[in-house]
Amino acid sequence: MAAMRRLALFVCVLLLVSGSPGLASETSDTEDNSPSSDDHGTSSDDHEISSNSTHNTTGDTGQEDSGHGDGHEGGPITTLPIVSWKWHHVTTPYLVAIWILVAWMCKLVIEANHHVTSVIPESALLICVGFLFGGIIWGADQKQTFSLTPTVFFFYLLPQIILDAGYFMPNKLFFSNLGGILIHAVIGTCWNAASVGLSLWGCHQGGAMGDIDIGLLQYLLFGSLIAAVDPVAVIAVFEEVHVNEVLFIMVFGESLLNDGVTVVLFNVFDAFVSLGGEKINAVEIIKGIISFFVVAFGGSLVGFVFGLLISLLTRCTKNIQIIEAGFIFVLGYLSYLTAEMLSLSAILSIAFCGICCQKYINANMDEKSVITVKYVMKVFANGSETIIFLFLGISAIDKTIWVWNTGFILLTVFFVFVYRCIGVFFLTWIQNKFRLVPLEVMDRIIMSYGGLRGAVAYGLAMMLDENKIKEKNLMIGTTLIVVYFTVILQGITMKPLVTWLKVKRASANEITLIEKVQNKVFDHMLVAIEDISGQIGHNYMRDKWKHFEEKWMSWFLMKPSARKKHDLVFDVFHQLNLKDAMNYVAEGERRGSLEFIRNETAFIDFKKKFADEYSEAMPDITVDMSDSYAAHSSMRRDTVPSISLELHDQNTNGLRETEDINTHHLLQQHLYKGRKQHRHKYSRSHFTVNQDENEVQEIFQRTMRTRLESFKSTKMGVAPPKTITKHPKKDQQQKMPNGKSTDNGKYCHCDDDDFEFSGDDGASGYDPSAGSFPMRVTYRPGAGIENPVFMPDLDPMAPMQIPPWLAEAELDSSTVALSQRAQTGLPWTPSNLQRLAPLRISTRSTDSFMMADVPASQRQDEHLPPPPPPPPPSDDDRGHL
Amino acid sequence: MGSRASTLLREEEIEEIKKETGFSHSQITRLYSRFTSLDKGENGTLSREDFQRIPELAINPLGDRIINAFFPEGEDQVNFRGFMRTLAHFRPIEDNEKNKNSSASEPLNSRTNKLLFAFRLYDLDRDDKISRDELLQVLRMMVGVNISDEQLGSIADRTIQEADTNGDNSISFNEFIKVPPVDGEQDY
Repeated sequence: MAAMRRLALFVCVLLLVSGSPGLASETSDTEDNSPSSDDHGTSSDDHEISSNSTHNTTGDTGQEDSGHGDGHEGGPITTLPIVSWKWHHVTTPYLVAIWILVAWMCKLVIEANHHVTSVIPESALLICVGFLFGGIIWGADQKQTFSLTPTVFFFYLLPQIILDAGYFMPNKLFFSNLGGILIHAVIGTCWNAASVGLSLWGCHQGGAMGDIDIGLLQYLLFGSLIAAVDPVAVIAVFEEVHVNEVLFIMVFGESLLNDGVTVVLFNVFDAFVSLGGEKINAVEIIKGIISFFVVAFGGSLVGFVFGLLISLLTRCTKNIQIIEAGFIFVLGYLSYLTAEMLSLSAILSIAFCGICCQKYINANMDEKSVITVKYVMKVFANGSETIIFLFLGISAIDKTIWVWNTGFILLTVFFVFVYRCIGVFFLTWIQNKFRLVPLEVMDRIIMSYGGLRGAVAYGLAMMLDENKIKEKNLMIGTTLIVVYFTVILQGITMKPLVTWLKVKRASANEITLIEKVQNKVFDHMLVAIEDISGQIGHNYMRDKWKHFEEKWMSWFLMKPSARKKHDLVFDVFHQLNLKDAMNYVAEGERRGSLEFIRNETAFIDFKKKFADEYSEAMPDITVDMSDSYAAHSSMRRDTVPSISLELHDQNTNGLRETEDINTHHLLQQHLYKGRKQHRHKYSRSHFTVNQDENEVQEIFQRTMRTRLESFKSTKMGVAPPKTITKHPKKDQQQKMPNGKSTDNGKYCHCDDDDFEFSGDDGASGYDPSAGSFPMRVTYRPGAGIENPVFMPDLDPMAPMQIPPWLAEAELDSSTVALSQRAQTGLPWTPSNLQRLAPLRISTRSTDSFMMADVPASQRQDEHLPPPPPPPPPSDDDRGHL
Repeated sequence: MGSRASTLLREEEIEEIKKETGFSHSQITRLYSRFTSLDKGENGTLSREDFQRIPELAINPLGDRIINAFFPEGEDQVNFRGFMRTLAHFRPIEDNEKNKNSSASEPLNSRTNKLLFAFRLYDLDRDDKISRDELLQVLRMMVGVNISDEQLGSIADRTIQEADTNGDNSISFNEFIKVPPVDGEQDY
């Protein structure tokens, strides 16, 4: 604790040291409005944060140049300076970086004191630290050099927060409560603005505020800027309180959307104020209302369009994965700026941009990029949130903005609070008439209490035009008081209040599969019942949307491969398995057996990565690939049994016996999955194949374990003859590479006694052939290729059916097989056994009868020199087959 | 339409249905008109074909299961009473009902009965247990062709594992209702 204090003090000192020279010599024209050099590129998206608080340093007081002679623009140099002090050269970006650092250090210090943050929300603490800094700066400079300007706030600090909110918005929850949210956001905000403005005006007329120069329109303007609940403040406070999700989405969604509303209201009233009271007639008011809707919906539309754009773009960024995450930020920011440019609601625009694109980009992008986006988004949002609160505090320490008017300030705080309560209670009362699950009184109290005002209000207040509004400073001061009152006081009391009122908290819900399945069942069920009873309800709409979405939107916006993969139940399953695997690994590390566990994790990564590459390279899969893969899988073969061994050891003394077995089981399943997944991905476009594939696969699965050996032979032994008899040559040409890859995989595992993994390898060979071309559908199910047992009679015939040119080809492939074997150095059966092979085990092993056809001498030749690496499935092979 | 339908429905019948299912008078007449419009054979009962004629049900993966739920075991006709009884499961629980103590017979739309309805969708052999196979069938209906059987199998295994508390490798109704239903109580 004491150490923290010292650290904080140190930060202050550091700040002074670095800041003061700058302040002393800072000029008003050092800052040009261009986001210049970015010296702290924390991410691919520099320009957003680089110029982040460039203008924090500017202050609004245009200071006179203080003559600085130490600069580099001095007189002609007489000698070559080795080093020179070029503070002016770097002033602006340097201060920006320092401030960011300071703000984040503050957060660090604050977060380190958990017992404090559990009582006082972080946002409130940051504001208090801001007071402290503000005091220091004031003490040093006798004026407030740093303050939050609207430009910085609206252009560089706010967008990423809103984008983050939109991107992480729980869509289903949001849209199913959209009605309620909109009512609060639109009607509630208008009500707040109007009632606060009018009441203040009323009190003014009544003489409660003494002598101040504010007219009715200006009161309304003030009311509109103070009306909006601030998303930044709301997230900061509510995230720590963990109320139930409906309540959260109501407050949060409202705060997000009503920002748009406030900005619109603000602009309308601002225009009215400029026009002057006498020019406002019915036409102007109607225009104001129309512009309200245009601005709000136009902004959302712009966001939607940009969301689509992002989705489309990420469809084709496969080759530049390293920066694909950047597109989201750049385009998101552009959507904000575009809306701003068109004087539409920028906040709504960027929020909807995030909401629209989240699903598609998550599906389109590489898993790593998705994670990158998430983290970078959080870094930006969290970082600028910190900066905002800090500067809200710093801005307060400025004598010039404080015009105290007790009546005005107290009445504003009072009205803001009271009308919020009235508005919420009234609106929820209306809503409860329509809601299935009514909002309880507790929820309503929290909703009204959660009406926190924040930086948006302050930013708008700073934008007021001093020429039009004489009492601008009073308004700024009052806004700050309201912000402090809500963020600090209400923020601190929120948690006890929630506990005291026993508001339903968010249950710490684990995603469980059964829940997911259940939800889907319920969804389907409800839709069906609506159909039967002929009622078109919410579920009906959702179902229709889902159909539309699946049919068109996904088709349009998602990569084909991503589309296939998209299944909710499966996703959850995947996540759970991943979690299990990770738990398992962590557990292993904890127990000290680091070595093999590390291999294991590495392997999981590799597998995943490989599966991706594999699926993409599938059509022309090379022997090399499957070869290297096989090598790895043999490695894996070694690790897994050792895991199970170890596990069993632990089981003897552990209580977690069943659990571990389960995890082990799941881990193994997870290991399989990379493969299986790509199969779906790959065969995505062949829906008809899939039907058959499932059938075939069932058989495959059943027989895989017991008849792995025979499975190997059938690939080569059965399929070609059959295809020859039934199909034109083309089919076989395509088949050959597939068959070959199978071959290689399996040869590497000749001695594989872990049948599970050999099964897996078999499956790998099976994959490409299963989904590779639709033509195969015609013969596959009937032929039962994967299930050789069903055709024992056919196999011995196979060699005889092979035409000469084909035999040649097989010879060719057998050499490949041999080379594989030689490479892995596996023992081989004696050759006399092989002579018997065609008769004895013809159904079991392809290579054996192929070997039989090859002259013995040739075979020996091949054994001796280490053969060259097997050729990829080249045209040469295809030519043969 | 509505007025014609209500003339076909006797007042006392409406009263009985109201008592049994808790639907309001207007809801009953509305649903009766729906019932008659579904009833293509105009014999006062609905057959499976009548349900299957609803186009949306054809694309509902669980459509057939739900249709089956309307028919008592062994019958292939359902009259209006039966129709209403099934639909009553989906009537939302109202506030005043919630507070009523359940000394009286449990209303059809209680949470338990709603869940029982869903449970029956899985439980084909009516042994009050969802076996792995039964679960697998439902899963297969819902996931389409995207997932292979072995994956589905492991999903089913895992699902059962999650819910199964007594280790019999199937989900009993008691285990089933412990699963928190997120929107199991929504309709209308």
